[in-house]
Amino acid sequence: MAGAPATVASLRTALDARAVSARELVERALARAAALEPRLHAFVSMRPEAALREADEADAHLRAGGPRSALDGIPVAIKDNIAQAGEPCGCASRILEGYVSPFDATAVARLRAAGAIVVGRTNMDEFAMGSSTEHSTHGPTRNPWDPARSPGGSSGGSAAAVAAGVVPLAFGSDTGGSIRQPAAFAGVTGAKPTYGRVSRYGLVAFASSLDQIGPLARTAEDCALALDVVSGHDPRDSTSLPEPPTRCREALDGRAAGLVLGLPREYLAADGGDPAVLRAVEEAARELEKAGASLREVSLPHTRYAVATYYLVATAEASSNLARFDGVRYGRRASGARTLTELYERSRSEGFGAEVKRRILLGTYVLSAGYYDAYYRKAQQVRALLRRDFEAAFEGCDALLTPTAPEVAFALGERTADPLRMYLSDVYTVSANLAGVPALSVPCGLAHGLPVGLQLVGRARDDGTPLRLADAFQRRTGFHLLQPELCA
Amino acid sequence: MSAYEAVVGLEVHVHLATRAKLFCACPVTYGDPPNRSTCPVCLALPGALPVLNERAVELAMRAALALHCKVSTHSVFARKNYFYPDLPKGYQISQYEEPLGAGGWLDVQPDGAAAPRRIGITRIHMEEDAGKSIHEGSGPGTRLDLNRAGVPLVEIVSEPDLRSAEEAGAYLRALQGILRAVGASEADLEKGHFRCDANVSLRRPGGPLGTRTETKNLNSFRAVEGAVRSEIARQREVRERGGEVRQATLRYDLERDKIQVMRVKENADDYRYFPDPDLVPLALAPERIEAARAALPELPDARRARFEASYGLPESDARLLVASRELADFFEAAAKAYPAPRSVANWLLRDVAAALREAGRGLDETALRPDHVAALARLVDAGRLTPASARGLLPELLSAGGDVEAFVRERGLGAVSDAAVLEAVVADVLAEQPKAVATFRAGDEKALHFLMGQVMRKTKGQADAKQVRELLRARLGAGG
Repeated sequence: MAGAPATVASLRTALDARAVSARELVERALARAAALEPRLHAFVSMRPEAALREADEADAHLRAGGPRSALDGIPVAIKDNIAQAGEPCGCASRILEGYVSPFDATAVARLRAAGAIVVGRTNMDEFAMGSSTEHSTHGPTRNPWDPARSPGGSSGGSAAAVAAGVVPLAFGSDTGGSIRQPAAFAGVTGAKPTYGRVSRYGLVAFASSLDQIGPLARTAEDCALALDVVSGHDPRDSTSLPEPPTRCREALDGRAAGLVLGLPREYLAADGGDPAVLRAVEEAARELEKAGASLREVSLPHTRYAVATYYLVATAEASSNLARFDGVRYGRRASGARTLTELYERSRSEGFGAEVKRRILLGTYVLSAGYYDAYYRKAQQVRALLRRDFEAAFEGCDALLTPTAPEVAFALGERTADPLRMYLSDVYTVSANLAGVPALSVPCGLAHGLPVGLQLVGRARDDGTPLRLADAFQRRTGFHLLQPELCA
Repeated sequence: MSAYEAVVGLEVHVHLATRAKLFCACPVTYGDPPNRSTCPVCLALPGALPVLNERAVELAMRAALALHCKVSTHSVFARKNYFYPDLPKGYQISQYEEPLGAGGWLDVQPDGAAAPRRIGITRIHMEEDAGKSIHEGSGPGTRLDLNRAGVPLVEIVSEPDLRSAEEAGAYLRALQGILRAVGASEADLEKGHFRCDANVSLRRPGGPLGTRTETKNLNSFRAVEGAVRSEIARQREVRERGGEVRQATLRYDLERDKIQVMRVKENADDYRYFPDPDLVPLALAPERIEAARAALPELPDARRARFEASYGLPESDARLLVASRELADFFEAAAKAYPAPRSVANWLLRDVAAALREAGRGLDETALRPDHVAALARLVDAGRLTPASARGLLPELLSAGGDVEAFVRERGLGAVSDAAVLEAVVADVLAEQPKAVATFRAGDEKALHFLMGQVMRKTKGQADAKQVRELLRARLGAGG
């Protein structure tokens, strides 16, 4: 693929000008996947026939009366934990072997109604538990920038698919950074919306109070276009915000003037961060300053409790959310069990991977009588304090600017033996989930030849401001256009 | 007099009378083919989410208010985590730390008790029902029917204020009456709308509470009364022997009237309750609660008191009438059409009740209307129709309805109360039966009955028996 990578916006122009057809875009995506998959393994399943059929329908629509939405005729990929009717929804887990969802997630239904074409399902850490896409029953996804490295996780497949130019847009889920950290590691833009902005109906729950579906794309503009399609109140999700779909795209004016960026003292001073990463982030801050934003230091005093709080809340919810995978009604059931208890024990022992088991055990413990107050209740109290930290910080600024991850993509296998170290790499991302605020990651340079992510965090419900800042940054810089050699 | 006092508390699970399940739109059905009424939500498919049925909230709120509970403006749905095949999500959504209502009461008066006793209601909370495991039938293994999974329930927990099996039974009947009166539940035990767990312990009067046992899944009034009676007796025997009652979960075998130990509890189950993050807390504005309170219909106790005071009914009749809201409404409509409430009540509670039993139907399953009963009572009271003829019309009125006056006219059922007509008939009979006349005059009273029977035969049962007897005595005494 020569020249600048295709974006949703550029493909929209080409489709509307009849310079390309949806069928050609889907054919290209399928061909590129076929060529790269042996090296990347970004996908767990493809749907070539259905995608081509839908492309022809999109082309007919485009001929008949113009596009149904900005995404009409655009090939997209979705993470394996977002349900689509008639497709497997395996969450990269053995326990959902053979399971085919009979219904569409609300986000998928909205994408399909908008004319977007799902070409395949992307790899992930099992049930979205992980930061490396190595905890998958299908094996790891590789980083297009260096196949020996992880693309991050848990939405590593979606990040790799966009970074490698297979699709211009993919969807992931973010519980503690699972969109933003892989976006940073793979050099793409990824946004976690405000909690409740995108319906969770059809997203297989990891931690219900933290999970959000969001887009990964080349640009902030593409993320805005995608969010405008999938967001909006859904009566099937009680935690969905009551508001109509966002109109983020129209707020992108390329300007940062008048906006105040807060630099959280606790993040930039954090120990253990790669100095090259911090340098790239500081340069990005200066670039935004040049664009008219002003910088000021702010404080999020409870930051040091965020990772611990996150792993208490997330595992507690997960231990209950994953109870439905019992081998009784669907998915994998152990054969030859003689008692009910044996059926449960064996189905779940054989069906779940080590990381999922670790978190179920931890979460079960956290909720147990006698420990509930010390762990779960305490974590909820700290969560309230963290939320207040953000509210206080946003009294003096419009968005926060931080690194997305303390490091660049690490080597496959490097962290799997040390779960605690893996958890600590979530230090910059988990707070946004605990507070429910919108946050995104944009590429802001390279360190050691690998992409660095800049995180922009907004006020709750203000998904537009981080996207507007990211868009202004991308209009002034070319980091989001850098492509790995693999894809050249 | 026993040295021990029984301490009984009941936990009652009641199906709310909604059309849809608590967290999805599946219809609530009974007797459907297995798993017909299911969807991704109640099957707990990956990615499905619960959404609260507001109608269930409305009905639960009514039940709470009718039981004099304080309804909370903020209540929380929690997850009760445990594994069982009939529990698709691996947890039951139930209110735990913050229930919908608390601190209510209910007045209870068993048959024969001199006065009612006030029984405390600890709490009332909303939750979803589980499905059913089916163990019988052909083939190996257990099969599941998830039609019931997610059906809305309220659990109503009483204080341990009950002191006998009779009070337990009376409590349940009163509860049933109230829930029906406010339309919260059909409260039909046969359909499993109403399931009860009984906690029983003994203590010396005024002493500390003893160890309690819990008898599960009592599905009829008879089962609750039998279980409580048997368990009180069992615990008394254990203690009188010098033994110790152990904390246990029990089962009651109604056929054999026997308590069986299911399992002895060493320590409490750990259900790892926590607030369900898929649902938001249930917020009820004070205005909404007050509106629900204002819209409550008259409750059975108040209605009974009114029936006694304004209709002059005996307490027993009033109690029977208000046991069902439908019967009480029917009575009031009939008593309005014919303002002789005691007579109307008599007809309803005796003759109509008997005819319904005979037909094996409920009042709402018949064509009988209040004006039918009013007309029957009025005609009988006026002497225009005999009770026997009136009763004879009931089966037809039950099955097809119709115009009572027209029936009486067209079928010649009008009672013969015209003295002239009757006297002529009596004269005829006396002339035809000289032998019986002679026997009576010889002092045999039985002959009078025979003669009365003859008059009734000639009048096709439409003569008033009292009037006939008087006429006969007058004629015979007069030496005719």
